[in-house]
Amino acid sequence: MAHHVRIGGKLNRSHGGNAVIFILLIVVGIFMALPMYYNIITSFKPASEMFIFPPRFYVTEPTIRNYRMMMQLMMNLEVPFTRYLFNSLFVALLSTFLGSLIGAVAAYPFAKKEFPGKKFFWQLIMITLLFTGGVTSLPTYIVKAKLGLINSYASMIVPSLATTLHLFLMRQFMLQIPDSLLEAARIDGASEFRTFMTVVLPNIKPAWTTVLVLKFISLWNTGSVDIYDEQLKLLPTALSQMATGTISRQGATAAATVVMMLPPIVSFFVTQSKMLQTMAHSGIKG
Amino acid sequence: MEKALPIDKKRYKKPLWQRIWAAKASYIMIGPFMILFILFSVIPVGAAIVLSFTDFNMLQTPNFVGLNNYRSLFMNDDVFMTVVKNTLVLAFITGPLSYMLCFGFAWLINELPGKLRAFMTMVFYVPSISGGLMFIWTYIFSGDRYGVLNGLLMELGILDEAIQWTTDTDYMLIICIIVEIWGSLGTSFLAFMAGFKTVDEDLYEAAAIDGVRNRFQEVWHVTLPQMKPQLMFGAVMQIATAFAVGSVEQALTGFPSTDYATHTVMLHINDYGNIRYELGYACAISTVLLVFMQITNKVITRVLKED
Repeated sequence: MAHHVRIGGKLNRSHGGNAVIFILLIVVGIFMALPMYYNIITSFKPASEMFIFPPRFYVTEPTIRNYRMMMQLMMNLEVPFTRYLFNSLFVALLSTFLGSLIGAVAAYPFAKKEFPGKKFFWQLIMITLLFTGGVTSLPTYIVKAKLGLINSYASMIVPSLATTLHLFLMRQFMLQIPDSLLEAARIDGASEFRTFMTVVLPNIKPAWTTVLVLKFISLWNTGSVDIYDEQLKLLPTALSQMATGTISRQGATAAATVVMMLPPIVSFFVTQSKMLQTMAHSGIKG
Repeated sequence: MEKALPIDKKRYKKPLWQRIWAAKASYIMIGPFMILFILFSVIPVGAAIVLSFTDFNMLQTPNFVGLNNYRSLFMNDDVFMTVVKNTLVLAFITGPLSYMLCFGFAWLINELPGKLRAFMTMVFYVPSISGGLMFIWTYIFSGDRYGVLNGLLMELGILDEAIQWTTDTDYMLIICIIVEIWGSLGTSFLAFMAGFKTVDEDLYEAAAIDGVRNRFQEVWHVTLPQMKPQLMFGAVMQIATAFAVGSVEQALTGFPSTDYATHTVMLHINDYGNIRYELGYACAISTVLLVFMQITNKVITRVLKED
């Protein structure tokens, strides 16, 4: 295969093509990153640099005044800031952990077992996969009210435990596990649950990680739903209350946005490399 | 003398209850999920459809009103027609465009070496997970000369005076589309990134022997057929988000927006559900939206399956 061009270990690549891709990615990448960059810059701007013409994409005299002001505003809230932080972490972590467990356990029979009604149930799940978002938020409120979940942590946690998207992701990954692996465990006398724990779970690490991160991020970013008690409200709600109104708070809002963005970005950053690693080592052929 | 009946083992099916009993482990495993799923996904959808035929308002016992809600929706509600038009425009532009961008950029980023690839994945994915950033867009598109875009364009001499980006009906829709696209490289994008990783490297080697000469041929003949599951999934995700547009529009152009220029079906539901408490009517709008999504899904799944 001497006539095949090989660049960086890859076949059929050209330097020209690589250069075009590189430039395209940089240009679009700048567009993607600009709002975040501008937000970070704004959060370090003193008031004198905030409202000037023409707009500046840099800071001449960076200050942490905005962050201090944010802290001050937070401390002056009726409920201490730490309470909101605790609420958000509690809801996000508990839902993430329980939800991904329930999802993974349920995905296994759908991927690898036969049972009466499987096709019907799966079809039902596939239909509702489309209905994410708030399309049915009104009837959901009624169901929550009937179950007595309104105005409690449970109103955030319980509905998020069964997310069809996450079940779907894990089931798709499980399909790629060779049946021979499961068969071997069965011959060794392992129960269904044992097979699941020792064979299935280790083989779906990428999907598992993905679902954990997706769940955490979406819960972290969601404001309180159907919670009226200030003591139980979540961080995004508190921050948006703080941010509303006066222009003088623009700097503090930018600072708060930076702080809010950190957990999702960090959790994705950390798990992304792990995800790529596990994928490279999982060694299951599709 | 008794003769053993020939039993075709493959055809023979045990009675239903025996098969159910034999699969009890499976039912136990799907149980918790299915219960929650029925409570929070199936029942709400069912309830929305049932309530759409009533005059439910949260306070009084609902009365059955037949097709009245639908009749006023299609005959008397002028805003609804605008809303459907806006939603379809947004869905049919942002949906396919974002789908192609998700795949395209996943592909291009996948071409990069390790560390750089991880970094670029971050850059493209982060907008979809940092909801708070929407605030900075209102700052960028602010209507006075201190708005970032206005300031920049005026400084460069392209504009003479500030444009009211978020309240001028000439620009509102396009502004929303740009921001919508910016934040849309989410789950599908990640699924495609992961999809590229699952393609067996040997297939590329084999394809090269079979005469594949460049990366376009490679992606067309090798990668695409291998990534069908991810492509299907991405399509479903795009439809779900494309039709449920509204939050970006509300954040950028307000509620209600000038002349309802960026009012969407979702916002119309919120208007009747959370503000006017005409829940029966709101549920009728929801039902129409659900039907839209289903039809689009059916069409797109068929197209993808045929390829």
